Amino acid sequence: MRTVIGFALAGVVLAGLAVAPLYLGPYGTGLLIGMTGYVTLASAWAMFSGPTRFVSLATVAFFGIGAYTMAVLYESLPYPLVLAVAALVGLVVALVVGLSTLRLAGVYFVIFTFGLAELVRQLVTWYEVNVTGTLGRYLFVSFGSEVIYWQLLGLCAATFLIAWVIGRSRIGLALKVIGDDEVVAVHCGISTARVKLALFAVSSVIITLVGAIQAPRWTYIEPLIVFNPTVSFLTLIMALLGGAGRLWGPLVGAVPLFLLFEWLSANFPDHYSIILGLLFMAIVFVLPKGVLEFAETGLRRLRRRPPQDGSATVAGKEVEG
Amino acid sequence: MTLTTALIAGLVLGGTYALVAMGLTLQYGIARIMNLAYGDTIITAAFAAFILQGGLAVNPLLGLALVVPGGFLLSYLIYRLILSHLVARASDRGALEVDSILTTFGLLFVIQGVLLVLFGGNYTSYSFLNVAVDIMGAKVAANRLLALALALSIGLTLYLLLTRTRWGTALRAVAVAPQSAALVGIDVNRAAAFAFALGGGLAAAGGVVISMYQTFTATAGVVFTMKALIVVIMGGVGNLLGALCAGLLLGVVETLVSTYVDPGLTLAATYAIFLVVLLWRPQGLFGRVAR
Repeated sequence: MRTVIGFALAGVVLAGLAVAPLYLGPYGTGLLIGMTGYVTLASAWAMFSGPTRFVSLATVAFFGIGAYTMAVLYESLPYPLVLAVAALVGLVVALVVGLSTLRLAGVYFVIFTFGLAELVRQLVTWYEVNVTGTLGRYLFVSFGSEVIYWQLLGLCAATFLIAWVIGRSRIGLALKVIGDDEVVAVHCGISTARVKLALFAVSSVIITLVGAIQAPRWTYIEPLIVFNPTVSFLTLIMALLGGAGRLWGPLVGAVPLFLLFEWLSANFPDHYSIILGLLFMAIVFVLPKGVLEFAETGLRRLRRRPPQDGSATVAGKEVEG
Repeated sequence: MTLTTALIAGLVLGGTYALVAMGLTLQYGIARIMNLAYGDTIITAAFAAFILQGGLAVNPLLGLALVVPGGFLLSYLIYRLILSHLVARASDRGALEVDSILTTFGLLFVIQGVLLVLFGGNYTSYSFLNVAVDIMGAKVAANRLLALALALSIGLTLYLLLTRTRWGTALRAVAVAPQSAALVGIDVNRAAAFAFALGGGLAAAGGVVISMYQTFTATAGVVFTMKALIVVIMGGVGNLLGALCAGLLLGVVETLVSTYVDPGLTLAATYAIFLVVLLWRPQGLFGRVAR
């Protein structure tokens, strides 16, 4: 019953968000696109990195691959086919990264993903300079920004649905075991490498699609723009603020941080990376499990506390003993 | 460029990689901190040398005597003020790894942001000892030879300190078995803080050496961290001589690729080597299989 109500509520919110661009101006729609994009990125990131605790720093590598595929192919192929190709390229890269690192300890994966964006950026630059002879491409699509927004919203809804389904399936259970204790997971007969690889692939394909869909927003694309490391950084900090281990965590983190980032980059264009870096470290220190978990433990503590002061100390002592 | 010139250039580059990778292997092997802001320490030191040389006319060799203790102190403070809390909080090694990766990832953006505000995003360099020296028929800039000599001598000194002194043995004991090290009276936390600071000092030395012969930007830290990490993995975590060999190897391969194939593909070559190592010997070329 709760599931049905939840789905109905989510459907109403989704419908409300879908008609929002008709009432908001172009600025509002642009803001919604950015926000939906980051909610999707953070959710997709948390889908893999949350339960497994394998920190992926390669978000912008996949995002940029998607955007660049769109820029290169949008003239020669029909739009849906370009999205399919982008997803395929993202999948192949994810499989290469995953197959070579995910059977090893987490740190190899982190190192590989840490430089991946820079590697892909340099390869694309090299290819553009030496093979096609131009650096930077123009990208004009026939549809307006509302259509981009609706696609992103659809992808975002799909991401939540996938995350929800995974959370209730055997693979979701396997992921939780891996995150808690990998040795136990192996002894339970879970093929840890395969589960991690599957999740990483799904998460990476979604991130690639976000890049592909958002690409027409720029009109002009070059490697330095689409492989901007700030995207990886923001995605990570959003997912962590909300709590990467929960379905709604990335959403809770992404909305306020996106607005904060917009405000910071408008008012402190030179200093926002310092401010965000400090904020990020503060989140890791104060809220290592995210706002949602923090609020829940706080609420539970409040509820458990009896009304009188005298008995509260007794209860406190009991808990300690 | 002849093969000899390319090889010497490769050894110079490789010597620098080995030097910075040794610092990272100390930080990761002994202090157990995976420091993603490591490359930004290097770049900070390079900018410090640039200011000392350009603004105050201090010779980079003298600058080394100022910048290296600076890097040591800064890293010590970072460890004591920030990272030691994570160490105290961590329930196991995996948790500390995740926490330290995230924290130093944030730190990377802070340092990079400060450097961008102070120096802007342009390529920076200065001229020091830029005279050609003839070696076996190949012309090599004197600053590059000096860089190689510095990298090798600092690296070997460190190796001797770690293997020949009582103090170095204690550090290595912490690297091998932190729990047992405490049982024989070694202050593990102090050793970890010291190793982290020492790694920072080496990063600073690497930064000054790099600034003597290369251009650098405020955002180049990521690539240096990346290469240092790959060298550490190739050499085997905590293995100083492994890092030295792997660093030289990486430098030579990169220079050969950029000379004979295409300068735009050096990072791709680095990654190709990394991929081969991961698939073939993930414990490192000189490492032992982890138990």
